[in-house]
Amino acid sequence: MMKSLDELAKIREQARKKVDIRDSKHGIKIVVGMDTCGISAGARPVLLELVAEVQKRNLNDVSVVQTGCIGVCRLEPMIEVYKEGEEKVTYVEITAEKARRIIEEHIVNGKIVDEYTIGAIE
Amino acid sequence: MELYRAHVLICGGTGCTSSGSQTLIHTFEKELKKQGIENEVKLVKTGCFGLCEAGPIVIVYPEGTFYSHIKVEDISRITEEHLLKGIIVKDLLYKDVIHEDQILPIDEIDFYKKQKRIALKNCGAINPENIEEYIAYDGYKALGKVLTEMTPEDVINTIKKSGLRGRGGGGFPSGIKWEFTYKAEGDIKYVACNADEGDPGAFMDRSVLEGDPHTVLEAMAIAGYAVGSNQGYIYIRAEYPIAVHRLEIAIKQAREYGLLGKNIFGTGFSFDVEIRLGAGAFVCGEETALLNSIEGKRGMPRPRPPFPAIKGLWGKPTLLNNVETYANITQIILNGPEWFASMGTEKSKGTKVFALGGKINNTGLVEIPMGTTLREVIYEIGGGIPNGKKFKAVQTGGPSGGCITAEYLDTPIDYDNLIELGSMMGSGGMIIMDEDNCMVDIARFFLDFTVDESCGKCPPCRIGTKRMLEILEKITSGKGELEDIDKLERLADSIKVSSLCGLGQTAPNPVLSTLRYFRHEYEAHVKEKRCPAGVCKDLLSYNVDSDLCKKCGICAKKCPEGCIDGIKGKEVYKIDTKKCIKCGACMDACPFKAISKK
Amino acid sequence: MIESVLTKENFDNLEQIIRENKHKKGALMPILNEAQKIFGCVPMEVQKKISENLDIPLAEIYGVVTFYSQFTLQPKGKYAIGVCLGTACYVKGAQQVVERIKRELNIEVGETTPDGKFTLDATRCIGACGLAPVMTVNDDVYGRLVEKDIPDIIKKY
Repeated sequence: MMKSLDELAKIREQARKKVDIRDSKHGIKIVVGMDTCGISAGARPVLLELVAEVQKRNLNDVSVVQTGCIGVCRLEPMIEVYKEGEEKVTYVEITAEKARRIIEEHIVNGKIVDEYTIGAIE
Repeated sequence: MELYRAHVLICGGTGCTSSGSQTLIHTFEKELKKQGIENEVKLVKTGCFGLCEAGPIVIVYPEGTFYSHIKVEDISRITEEHLLKGIIVKDLLYKDVIHEDQILPIDEIDFYKKQKRIALKNCGAINPENIEEYIAYDGYKALGKVLTEMTPEDVINTIKKSGLRGRGGGGFPSGIKWEFTYKAEGDIKYVACNADEGDPGAFMDRSVLEGDPHTVLEAMAIAGYAVGSNQGYIYIRAEYPIAVHRLEIAIKQAREYGLLGKNIFGTGFSFDVEIRLGAGAFVCGEETALLNSIEGKRGMPRPRPPFPAIKGLWGKPTLLNNVETYANITQIILNGPEWFASMGTEKSKGTKVFALGGKINNTGLVEIPMGTTLREVIYEIGGGIPNGKKFKAVQTGGPSGGCITAEYLDTPIDYDNLIELGSMMGSGGMIIMDEDNCMVDIARFFLDFTVDESCGKCPPCRIGTKRMLEILEKITSGKGELEDIDKLERLADSIKVSSLCGLGQTAPNPVLSTLRYFRHEYEAHVKEKRCPAGVCKDLLSYNVDSDLCKKCGICAKKCPEGCIDGIKGKEVYKIDTKKCIKCGACMDACPFKAISKK
Repeated sequence: MIESVLTKENFDNLEQIIRENKHKKGALMPILNEAQKIFGCVPMEVQKKISENLDIPLAEIYGVVTFYSQFTLQPKGKYAIGVCLGTACYVKGAQQVVERIKRELNIEVGETTPDGKFTLDATRCIGACGLAPVMTVNDDVYGRLVEKDIPDIIKKY
């Protein structure tokens, strides 16, 4: 039983997180390569970690989407980060742990994690 | 907390449910389990997306991918390819989604681009059976604002300032209606919602109730606060089982959350809502008949005045609005009356929902700002007429409205313009007709409807419409005389001015408007005994073209009356037009198109 | 045929419904709606029962029952076929669909086949205009019909 407007606001906050995914976003897009090779290399835990982290931090303008094969199968799992007005950044051989760091440093603080990028590995 | 990386929205509106969306949901559940991703992907059954033609519809987020005409066998592909691997299944996409090799998100498709969704804001976006999703999209915020920051007068002034007019047909300014009820004297007052959507071909109210039931409940509570009422009634057609079911769930949830019931938000304001079912009487959409029906009587109209605002349910002041009108209220409160009044034309503000149907490519529900032209709706949003046929007329306002022809397609849609053209806004049915539709037959169809639905209380409607129908039947059966057309017009005029309620007063409109624009079709039926569109059976005859007939005998086999004679391989077949019942089976069966109707 | 629905069980259910709704304002309509569901019709015997319990004259109840098209005095066939004759369906050829069903079953609109299997009704808009023309057989919906589909649909039942 709800007895105040504050309670309504609280429920709204909570519920908002669950439906956020359905709004069109204009901010940052994180794309995870999820073809068979990506999945077998472990893309799924990466994807789930990204989604969890984005929700935990309330990053409303960040969307996590999947795509098919990004093309460099031996470096899977790969993710690409698109920020408006910036060059796309491609990270390779990503794990759940690395994903967390990318969110923290690149997405939140705007600092690219150079050591995971495709340029650093190749 | 539930954590999902993708949401799959499946339309659970009546249109898509009828084409099997429930089975799709079960199949999805199975497939997701099979792939082991049932905890990552959330299935959401929503209300109507509006594009019923493309149903069943499935939308996948976060990408906003729009799949149409989905069948059970497509689901394993969507699950395996898209949900597991992120590869969009291109051949299942809605046809307009791929634009210059790019896959467009749903809101950029032609059908949605020109729309402005206010009443339908949440339809297709939320799970209507989950109050939390409604709250997530600012649900019950307007009620909170009204109860804590506004006086009843403030609310009424806001509605008045917005310029909102009744969406049920008449277009009476809603704010003024609210004010009347507020000022009326009475110890008890009621708020009622007219969900007896009777116009055959309009289904926006049903879609709002199915897709976003809470918005109506919230608006009724706001109205209750404004006019001083603690009890609401929703009168809904029994023919809408899904809508009734979702309303029941919504009311239950709202009570559990304390958003209906006693002392809402601790402000001391109490309000509750009850559902009352209709039982299949069109006239109950008329406000006074509806009140009688809720009271448990025959649904016959009462003379007005007194208006329901003064003497309504059980003799008490009653505010009665239709579903779509209520669906605009929370948005007006939250965004301000100026925002609402900035849309539309001088005298018709905001948006209107139309149900596009008939001979049009994109059958479905569209919500457009008032002032959009008919051409934009029919050709840009509706995608034009199928099969390369020619547009003939658009019928608005259902049995109370009329037809509008091609030369008026650039008219901006609003209440006053449509009336000037001899039609009306009505509840928002918009039926498109092409060259194959006979306008005399359409007029007969509507009269047949009103005769059947006339409650019988007042003679002009009970007897007059019956006489009109008889004359129309005489004309469509080829026995019409020229003076019949004049008689029709005279009758129509007197029924209009002398009937008790809206049903009778508007019943002649379909005849008057078709006479206005298609008099030549009436004359062809009467003078030449010919139906130009080839619809009126009694004026048609089926014939075999002896040059095209290959003497195969298929037509004779198909004929249910055995009235086609000939000798297989030897003699051209002939139809005995006296015995022929004009069912058209032979014409459909003939592989050589040798049979034609004239 | 009527006798078969006037069972004790059905009357018990009706009594239960009357008890639940009796104190509501305007209780007659909700009770009649439920009675129609329970018995499949609202025959005189049922009306009498309601009249006694609600203390409303039978004549008045009969007036209400006969006013609304969803209340029937006779039970319907096992399968109720409803062809939507809303405008959208009519424009797209629902009339031909009705004609075909009439021919196939040899009954008129509103009638039941002699074996009690099918009842044919022309219904008001059921709101599935996107699928026009539409027919329903009990809870099954068939859309985008052409006349030729009819015999196969009927055969399914």
